[in-house]
Amino acid sequence: MQKTTRLGVAALSAVLALGLAACGGGSTTTPTSSGAPAAAGSTGEFNGALTAVVNPSDKKGGILKLANAGDWDSLDPGDTYYGYSWNFIRLYGRSLVMFKSAPGKTGNELTPDLAEGLGTPSDDAKTWTYKLKAGIKFEDGTPVTSKDVKYGVERSFDKEVFPDGYTYFNDFLNWPKDYKGAYKSKDVNTDSAIETPDDQTIVFHLKQPLSNFDYFAQLPATIPVPKDKDTGAKYKEHVISTGPYKFDKNEIGKGFTLVRNDQWDPATDPNRKALPDGYDVATNVNADDIDNRVLAGDLDVDVTGTGVQPAALGRILPDPAVKAGTDNPTGTRLWYTSINGNVAPLDNLECRKAVEYAADKTALQTAWGGEFAGGQIATSLLPPSIPGHEDFNTWVPGADNKGDVTKAKEALTACGQPNGFETNIAYRAERPKEKAAAEALQQSLGRVGIKLTLKPFPQTDYFALYAGKPGYAKDNKLGLAMNGWQSDWPDGFGFLQQIVDSRVIRDTGGSSNISVRDPEVDKLIDQAMEQTDPNSRNGIWTQIDKKVMDDAYILPNVWAKALLVRSKNATNVFVNDAYGMYDYLGMGVK
Amino acid sequence: MVTYIIRRLIWSVVMLSIVSIITFAIFFLVPRLAGATSEDLAARYVGRTASAEQVKVAAEKLGFNDPLVVQYGRFAKGIVVGADYDYGPGVERCPAPCFGYSFLTRLPVWPDLLDRLPVTISLALGAAVIWVIAGVATGVLSALKRGSFFDRAAMSIALAGVSMPIFFTGMVSLVLFSYGLKITVAGGTYTPFLTNPATWAYDLLLPWITLAFLYAAGYARLTRAGMLETMNEDYIRTARAKGLRERTVVVKHGLRGALTPILTIFGLDLGLLLGGAVLTESTYSLPGIGKYAIDAIGRQDLPQVMGVTLVAAFFVVVANLVVDLLYAVVDPRVRLV
Repeated sequence: MQKTTRLGVAALSAVLALGLAACGGGSTTTPTSSGAPAAAGSTGEFNGALTAVVNPSDKKGGILKLANAGDWDSLDPGDTYYGYSWNFIRLYGRSLVMFKSAPGKTGNELTPDLAEGLGTPSDDAKTWTYKLKAGIKFEDGTPVTSKDVKYGVERSFDKEVFPDGYTYFNDFLNWPKDYKGAYKSKDVNTDSAIETPDDQTIVFHLKQPLSNFDYFAQLPATIPVPKDKDTGAKYKEHVISTGPYKFDKNEIGKGFTLVRNDQWDPATDPNRKALPDGYDVATNVNADDIDNRVLAGDLDVDVTGTGVQPAALGRILPDPAVKAGTDNPTGTRLWYTSINGNVAPLDNLECRKAVEYAADKTALQTAWGGEFAGGQIATSLLPPSIPGHEDFNTWVPGADNKGDVTKAKEALTACGQPNGFETNIAYRAERPKEKAAAEALQQSLGRVGIKLTLKPFPQTDYFALYAGKPGYAKDNKLGLAMNGWQSDWPDGFGFLQQIVDSRVIRDTGGSSNISVRDPEVDKLIDQAMEQTDPNSRNGIWTQIDKKVMDDAYILPNVWAKALLVRSKNATNVFVNDAYGMYDYLGMGVK
Repeated sequence: MVTYIIRRLIWSVVMLSIVSIITFAIFFLVPRLAGATSEDLAARYVGRTASAEQVKVAAEKLGFNDPLVVQYGRFAKGIVVGADYDYGPGVERCPAPCFGYSFLTRLPVWPDLLDRLPVTISLALGAAVIWVIAGVATGVLSALKRGSFFDRAAMSIALAGVSMPIFFTGMVSLVLFSYGLKITVAGGTYTPFLTNPATWAYDLLLPWITLAFLYAAGYARLTRAGMLETMNEDYIRTARAKGLRERTVVVKHGLRGALTPILTIFGLDLGLLLGGAVLTESTYSLPGIGKYAIDAIGRQDLPQVMGVTLVAAFFVVVANLVVDLLYAVVDPRVRLV
């Protein structure tokens, strides 16, 4: 009987809670709302952390609590490819150079980390030399040498063991023929790619000139790995630290904790404040629950930095006090539609122009999540925060961005398709926003007679087997394909090379470049890669952006934005432009 | 009785083998029928940046070029005798029962499953105790006080419980009790039983109650219906005529007769939950089998999905076996032959 009563009480409480929640969510937001005004007064204004440090402090101590709605691709510096992971990895690993831990555009600047200075180019930027600082040690006290950096890069070569990482070093360094990485080519001399003339010097040899190799040198693969402690695929279970923190507990799939690394010497490291005593990170946590906890002050950071879920948006945006504790950065991600020139009649520029003109950009913005969680309407490829971005709009879709039906029809007539045409549009089935954007295009292009049929594909194989496989796309008339790209680092090469260089397209599929095939663009990319003067180089990236837009191979949708919630307990909160999210290196605990 | 158990155990092994063959076919035969090549299957194991040559090598290494029978044989052999896997600098033994090796997380599946099993068992058993006691007690009382205010209120709450999905009641409960009133813990909090039994129970209190609320509702309605029917049977009238106490009549004669269908449902429910309480674990971010399953499905991590499917099937088969054995205990009319 007593048990029954308890159940009844529990049941009634839950029903009561539901009833209260149904009354506009007042009761569930009350605790947050009541706590928010005080927080808003001390933590700045809406977008306050985009250009300045909110809650500046040098107070040490405390544990910063973070959560991830998914799982890390890998904690191994040789096998991780998420932006948030590169942001976070600086806590336990030091690469040759790094992005400055600073708000706004300063965060885009490179600064030496393991190295004494930025790289010294020679041989027409085909050789790059770095000198390591003295006194840097692994967590076990062993001194870090250039050979540990070289080994870190060599092991990352093996994509069978480390499938999640990038292939920049594989593709650009002058590796010996048939080299297969540190495990399968153990005794192969790799001096043609990386030399270590002494313990403090490392020299990279490239196959071609590369004027911006310093961006390669900031990649996590240059974080040193001690060969005798390397456990291959299992190294992610205990990465040997060189940063101010080291792993304490690590349960893959559940979470991990970081504690102070007593072998880290602040004298060798002007970039890290190392304020908290540790970090507590939970993975695979319900995304809505993360938002609720951050808003309630129970959790400090949603580590993925991709913004709150739609449910939380409804709580934040209408409440000025809560909104004041949030930031809405425009990241380095472009959501776009590839227009495949291999599929008739889109092989005709005029037909591609018709698509550009007819698209309703405001409907696309809504489909991607609106002004705050979706993004800013994009008129070209390069996002505003990337050097080389220039404001231009080649195909103006009407003054109100809702599409220029007249110009679209003119283009269709010039294309020889005055009544429009039929084609398919591919999108990733698991992504409702991509589906919504495809539907928005279906509706707006339908106004001029371009009939789109929606074709969903599984996201795992989207590029490898379907939209990204040229033969399949052509045979199945995938004239349009929803697509997205985030810059690996904030420069034209990091953003454009993988999505506009026709030479990255493979018959076997897998490339993010689905549609841009222009030899002139390829030539310009080569020029940019050889240009050592940053201003001239950025000018070439602008040219490439304009050329691709002239070709109308890409319909830009939005430059992604995310609504980030500032922690109530954290100090030194700011958005680092290099990552488009809060900088995890500077944060402390109140 | 012994013959019956042996026969059922053999049948259980056969059932599990059939489930494993069907699961294997879904993941490896169906894509081939749809035109996927060995390289297509291997592509998801080597990342997007791999070259065609690397994909080819991976397909060969993973054995995707072998006939399907050989591939299934290798999988089954791994469960029985174990398997080896290459982690880069060397080869490591994955001891039996090796449910495969995830080439996405780069970890063997079986230790992962073992690691997450205690969470799911804790969640399922704790909630089961609550829902059985609460559900059956409410059902019996409702039946005995048919038409009363208690009966109507309890059945209305039961209807609400059955109707509301757990991801809704779970999120509302978290916001209200964990982040608002701060009387329960935040999502994702779990302490192993052996570390501290009291904290273990406290951490799981909210998931237990939420999950039990969903199930208790159904059990209350089922028990009420069963009791109403049983209490009108002739043997109940006989029991009362013999002068037995009302309590004895209700519990020993009435409830016992009404328990058989509840036991059947309970076996299925508990078996399914032990195979992974997907929604509850996802809502409360509990690292159990259900959360593992949903994450694996999201990543299309086939070895992990295969492992979870077999574990879930195992629990359902075992739970049903136990229920069949319990029939004889609960209902004297049942004899196992």
